[in-house]
Amino acid sequence: MSQASSKFTDTSVQVSRRHVSGKLWLAIFQVATLIGVVALTVLLLTILNDSFGYVAVENKVDPDSLAVNGIPLDAQDKENLVQTLRGNISAGLYARFERDQPFAERDEANVYALIQEFVISPRILESWTLYDSLFIREQISETLERDFPNAELQFRNWLSWNFVRAQQSSYPEIAGVRTAILGSLWTIAIAIAFSLPVGVGAAVYLQEYAQDNQINRIIQTNINNLAGVPSIIYGMLGLAIFVRAFGLFTSGIAFGAVDPATANGRTILSAGLTLGLLVLPLIIINAQEAIKAVPNSLREASFGLGATRWETIWAHVLPNALPGILTGSILAVSRAIGETAPLIVIGASTFIQVDPSGPFSKFTTLPIQIFQWTTRPQGAYHHLAAAASLVLLVMLLTLNATAILLRNRSRRSY
Amino acid sequence: MLLEAVDGTIVQMQRGAQETEPIAHRAGLTLSREINPSLLEFLTGTAWEPHNGRFGILPLLNSTLIVSGIAILVALPLGLATAIYLSEYATPKARSRLKPILEILAGVPTVVYGFFALTFMTPLLRAIFGSSVVEIYNMASAGIVVGILILPFVSTVSEDALSAVPRSLREAAYGLGATRLETAIQIVLPAAFSGIAAAVILATSRAIGETMVVAIAAGAGPNFTFNPFKAAETMTGHIARISGGDLSYDSLDYNSIFAVGLMLFLMTLVLNIISQRIVRRFREVYE
Repeated sequence: MSQASSKFTDTSVQVSRRHVSGKLWLAIFQVATLIGVVALTVLLLTILNDSFGYVAVENKVDPDSLAVNGIPLDAQDKENLVQTLRGNISAGLYARFERDQPFAERDEANVYALIQEFVISPRILESWTLYDSLFIREQISETLERDFPNAELQFRNWLSWNFVRAQQSSYPEIAGVRTAILGSLWTIAIAIAFSLPVGVGAAVYLQEYAQDNQINRIIQTNINNLAGVPSIIYGMLGLAIFVRAFGLFTSGIAFGAVDPATANGRTILSAGLTLGLLVLPLIIINAQEAIKAVPNSLREASFGLGATRWETIWAHVLPNALPGILTGSILAVSRAIGETAPLIVIGASTFIQVDPSGPFSKFTTLPIQIFQWTTRPQGAYHHLAAAASLVLLVMLLTLNATAILLRNRSRRSY
Repeated sequence: MLLEAVDGTIVQMQRGAQETEPIAHRAGLTLSREINPSLLEFLTGTAWEPHNGRFGILPLLNSTLIVSGIAILVALPLGLATAIYLSEYATPKARSRLKPILEILAGVPTVVYGFFALTFMTPLLRAIFGSSVVEIYNMASAGIVVGILILPFVSTVSEDALSAVPRSLREAAYGLGATRLETAIQIVLPAAFSGIAAAVILATSRAIGETMVVAIAAGAGPNFTFNPFKAAETMTGHIARISGGDLSYDSLDYNSIFAVGLMLFLMTLVLNIISQRIVRRFREVYE
């Protein structure tokens, strides 16, 4: 007998050794799989850890001292609030608020927010993570007494409703992500409006019309290659084409929509088109798969009844492929929502407090906001980045859950 | 005003001289010289300082390769082991629970991974190796996190390749008395080799093109070093930093990032094409 076969014969010692090594490797495989799960858990815990925790807050003015005629600040009506504000800020600042929006038009909540920001103006001196808040509470109290005797210890939930609703600010205690969320929604809307029709059109052509010749094979290979191009390259493409070459149109100057002196091509429109290009290969490939899955018998039945090719596609192929196309599009959207690098290259605004008003606005998006807060050295901004990450993850999970539901509901077998 | 030129001749410059009309200086006018880096200098130079006329891409390329290398070192063993476990050992129930977790891991935006690298991985590395050894921004932290990021990519594509190997091959191996491990390693793995190789190459290409993690955690400024615990900027990180700043469109720094971008694009394109070739050439067709 040859050497190879003797490996598998006789002695039970060898067999048991082989089984032991089998069990050992199984354990290794299981541990490796577990590491992926652990990584995800640790990632989520890190974000949660930074989203909640104690902060040391110091008010510039004690809110109790702002009571007028014994009425505390919370219970004052708008007239009183305006008086309080006027009495505590400089005349110049008051004039500026009046110019931005006359006080007659502002509502009570708005004036209250101004008092909060400019009169009471609470400042966070130090912040702690959730872990520290839970386990080294005594140490925090000591630090507070030693370093910040005037400060008050509060447990802060960084992911509050106010955080979602408030606009960007240079003070971490009142900064929020509304501008960023709106910017994300605008860019995604433009990206999909551009890439869905183009992508589905290309897929229909490649699947239903194109013959199997050299040119179409090259196109197909190119589409597959495009899906693997790093996203930052798409950013450079968008920068060269949309921002600079077609700046006249993407800035809105050509449509007379904006002031030519200050406008440039770094707008929502450029960002949306760039993200549209980025997800285009994904949408084409997904739509192709969906169209491919429509059985040929449907097409042949339609042809047999005298329908033209286009009638067949419009009435039978597309409706049957629609769930697949939609699922692919939702996955493309969730890819686009999380993209950061191309938008940095395009030139997302670093600090923007005004809600985007149209396709020619300057913009910031949720991932850009997370990036900026992460790169700031002060600890408080890291809490903001964590809270914004949670908002982004919730948006993504919602989208993906929708895609999965859609896929499961529409799964049909022929 | 007299100046001595390089070749020793004396050049006379007149500034606002008598008897001539005073000419206003154009604001912002800079002396420029023609910069014509050769391809050789681009590929072999060890300093990337566009304003000094030095266009060596090696520092950026080197750190890109180190970060991607660390990422592959993390993702390949873990991803392959996960794929073997899911395809050869796991019950359908366990598989249906584990796969969505990997999908979530793949769906987390890269900027969140960047945050994770900076607030978890870097402090962890500094706690293990000492904060004098590990810089605040370092390639190791970015590389490990990029590895976690491409892990689901390696494992899902490899698992598809392993699952595509027909049952008959496994049953033949069992029939000859092979254990489950021997079947997996000696029969299924070689049969699925092309798919796994393609997955690894695609994952490498993704690691090379990954931007946000390195932009946040790997540090700013090109640095030619082989020490993974030091800060060094990768190609993608450099592009992101330069274009995210306030440089004007026509500055040298700004235009030079397109050269870096071209290099990046070519590298990923070549990797993608290789992986497609491997799949086409080595695909074993059963039945």
